[in-house]
Amino acid sequence: MNWPSPEAFFAMGGYALYVWGSVGACAAALVIEIVALRQRRNAALHLLRRRGRADRVDGRQHVATVERIEWEGRAS
Amino acid sequence: MNTPTTRWTRYASPATFYPLAGRLIRVFSWLAVIFCAAGLWVGFFVAPPDVQQGEGYRIIFLHVPASWMSMFIYLVMAFWSAICLGFNTRLSGMMAAALAPTGALFTALALITGSLWGEPMWGTWWVWDARLTSELILLFLYLGVMALRSAIDDPRRADRASSVLALVGVVNIPIIYFSVQWWNTLHQGASISFRHAPSMAMTMFAGILLMSVAAWMYAIAVALARVRTIILEREGHAEWVAQLEEITA
Repeated sequence: MNWPSPEAFFAMGGYALYVWGSVGACAAALVIEIVALRQRRNAALHLLRRRGRADRVDGRQHVATVERIEWEGRAS
Repeated sequence: MNTPTTRWTRYASPATFYPLAGRLIRVFSWLAVIFCAAGLWVGFFVAPPDVQQGEGYRIIFLHVPASWMSMFIYLVMAFWSAICLGFNTRLSGMMAAALAPTGALFTALALITGSLWGEPMWGTWWVWDARLTSELILLFLYLGVMALRSAIDDPRRADRASSVLALVGVVNIPIIYFSVQWWNTLHQGASISFRHAPSMAMTMFAGILLMSVAAWMYAIAVALARVRTIILEREGHAEWVAQLEEITA
């Protein structure tokens, strides 16, 4: 073990700003990338779900129209 | 048709690749966490302080893996770009597109951590020497590839255009790697190379290797996650996408 005390660990021999700055920059970058990617995926899924619902509604209307035309055709 | 070749290339189809990538992301994410924890432990608690730089050298455990990844990811991106241009397969263009933001991120981290290391050791945040300048050009190449792709609406044409740019930019990778030999730079020479034993304590070397493996695992996981999102964005018209349980649910 290198460090006599927790304070020594955080002081990094006087290089705290640079060492912890590097660690912080890397951690922040990874968090930003993961959050941004999750948002992009959710946006894509949201769009596809909405499109899927719209297609199902269109499909039902289409079936209803075909049935009505067939029914009218039989009636005449 | 059931030869080994057709079985392997089956995964070039987005419909078969999408679920496979989903399973792989979990594996690579856990590997990244485990290797990162081990690497940070070795780097901060096991490796001794440096004779000249004291504790300040510990930036190496982030800086070297980030710099390596910035170059490796570019080579992988260029590889998929070449496949995209040569075979015109959809997935290869998507792979190249998925790698660019992660590559740009690692390049930015290499520059930031390098700057934070340069200030206490060299007395300057930045200097226009060969290694630093060529790495900055790498960042601009990544950003250029991403900007060109987003400027073209048709995804297949965007794939081809940005593939050409990515391949032209490959010339910069050997320039970065050999810059410390070709020119007289402020940046130190390679501490680790393919030809010599590493000129550092074994625990330092182990810490760098562990962190590099962690960076690899992270990059693979995040690139797979991004390529899955790109598949959703581009293949949304396909029937198999509409049948996915994350969409029907």
